Amino acid sequence: MNALACIAACLTVLLAVAGPAAAQSLAPTTGHTLAATCTSCHGPGGRSPGAMPSINGRSEAEIAKTMHEFKDDSRPATVMNRHAKGFSDGEIAAIAKEVASWR
Amino acid sequence: MAMKRRTFVGAIAAAAILPAVAVRAQAPAKARVVVIGGGFGGTTAAKFLRLEDPGIAVTLVEPKAEFHTCPASNYVIGGFRKLADIVQDYSALAGRHGVRHVREAAVAIDPASKTVRLSGGQTLAYDKLVLSPGVDMRWGDIEGYDEAASATMPHAWHAGPQTALLRRQLEAMPDGGVVALSIPGLPYRCPPGPYERISLIAHYLKMAKPRSKILALDGKDAFSKQALFQDGWAELYKDMIEWVPLGQDGKIVEVVPGEMTLVSEFGQRHKAAVANVIPPQFAGNIARESGLADKAGQFEGWCPIDPFTFESTLAKDVYVIGDAANGGVMPKSGFSASSEAKAVARHIASLVAGRTPDLPVYINTCYSLVAPDYGISVADVFRPTKDGIVATPGAGGLSPRHPPDAAAFRHHEAEYAYGWYASMSQDIWG
Ligand SMILES: Cc1cc2nc3c(=O)[nH]c(=O)nc-3n(C[C@H](O)[C@H](O)[C@H](O)COP(=O)(O)OP(=O)(O)OC[C@H]3O[C@@H](n4cnc5c(N)ncnc54)[C@H](O)[C@@H]3O)c2cc1C
Ligand code: HEC
Repeated sequence: MNALACIAACLTVLLAVAGPAAAQSLAPTTGHTLAATCTSCHGPGGRSPGAMPSINGRSEAEIAKTMHEFKDDSRPATVMNRHAKGFSDGEIAAIAKEVASWR
Repeated sequence: MAMKRRTFVGAIAAAAILPAVAVRAQAPAKARVVVIGGGFGGTTAAKFLRLEDPGIAVTLVEPKAEFHTCPASNYVIGGFRKLADIVQDYSALAGRHGVRHVREAAVAIDPASKTVRLSGGQTLAYDKLVLSPGVDMRWGDIEGYDEAASATMPHAWHAGPQTALLRRQLEAMPDGGVVALSIPGLPYRCPPGPYERISLIAHYLKMAKPRSKILALDGKDAFSKQALFQDGWAELYKDMIEWVPLGQDGKIVEVVPGEMTLVSEFGQRHKAAVANVIPPQFAGNIARESGLADKAGQFEGWCPIDPFTFESTLAKDVYVIGDAANGGVMPKSGFSASSEAKAVARHIASLVAGRTPDLPVYINTCYSLVAPDYGISVADVFRPTKDGIVATPGAGGLSPRHPPDAAAFRHHEAEYAYGWYASMSQDIWG
């Protein structure tokens, strides 16, 4: 297909799906969206190139447990306690599932 | 009709300079996204759009081949990093992620015809536009402070040559001189940035020119992480730093570069050996000139957005992220810009895939160094609401003021500040 034909087709697709966004028209926050925030500190795929701990290759249960320990201040932390408190228990479960799936 | 014709002409022009991605790809592009600005917001958006869906053709419009990060630029000014240490480039974006990098500036956006005109004269057509141009300086807001004056009194609020200039001036000044800073009122890029800078200039002066003084002239009465900064200043730099708040005539309204003089609201004249003037700012020129910023009111010069999507409330299919956007309580940081970009990439990819987009979450953590081995931070998890973006109650906040082993805690946070820089570089430019 040439570029012009493609552009015409694309426009049709987008016009069909675009619409006003509001809270009620959005789906619940996914683990994918929640866990995307972690890589700014822990590195892409949870592999840290520097002083941040790597979180790649851990089981779902281990991540969930660690996040709960940060959340209830039973694990020493500089910053993870402040982050973990921002997520509900359901969200922590979704984050753990997602992070554990990173290759 | 006229509009349709413009779109058509735009599409031909775009096709003329844009074929690489569309032709190279196996399947035709599902959508064309143009991203303006290859800084923290724009680069993240371009990369994550491709990670979300390689079927989306992404064009990054950014004139520079190399980007100097403002984060860690205060380390260069403090003398413990080189300018070369804070350079990022676009090779992975193009090579690994299939983003087309057009090395030109965007000169006009037309949301009606959904086209962007480039400095070279060509026009790009888009289905969705992501705009992250950062800030520009409000030249002339401080009388006498224009672009020419910044060659004598650097702002160093865009990293690169300005950073190097301020560093050279600090190296050249005599021991016993006064380093004056002029700091604006909110909103501006990186609320704690000026105070990290004060700290790291003090760190350098303490070692190299210990009789010198820092005079910080502020257009506000309180600042980000204030107690943590001031504790550190008292501990490390004693009376080297004098901070003058708005209420004590701290606001600078005029500068005389030829006399190295800063003039306060009530007419006090401060003479300096080095003057770092951080002027008031607004959304990058391209955003304002394209009619995407508020023209009056408290947030004049900044781009209003839908807190759920970061879509401009002034133009459909245009998403404004990073410093240029009015993100409400979200600080204007590289971390925020990148977090917003990930959310926007996800949102656009969902729309393209015909999925209902999910509710976003945004986060920020600003690390600041008070000295090379003394770090502090502020963190938050943000959620959109119909009344704007809010920080999740009970979460986030500042580093503790009195942790059990304070020296170790500050040392760890300094290490994590460097660690964040390394991870973030990979996450965005890797
Ligand atoms: C001294 C200092 C220290 C800082 N420290 C930190 C920190 O530790 N952590 C943190 O998170 N943040 C920090 N920041 C803030 C951070 O730099 C900004 O918040 C961040 O850069 C905002 O990202 P952005 O994408 O909005 O803009 P930018 O990163 O500035 O990117 C904008 C890009 O758009 C391009 N552009 C502009 N106009 C056009 C056009 N018309 N066409 C094409 N391209 C265009 C520019 O060339 C630029 O590359 C600091 C800032 C300063 C000044
Ligand atoms: C602001 C940077 C930052 C962000 C964002 C962040 N982390 Fe962390 N993380 C850290 C730091 C620093 C530590 C070390 C503990 C501490 O000092 O808080 C850590 C520790 C951890 C640990 C324990 C690692 C170990 O070996 O002990 C896990 C698990 C973890 N983080 C998961 C996450 C997840 C999941 C997210 C995203 C929801 C996330 N982190 C977001 C900075 C961050």
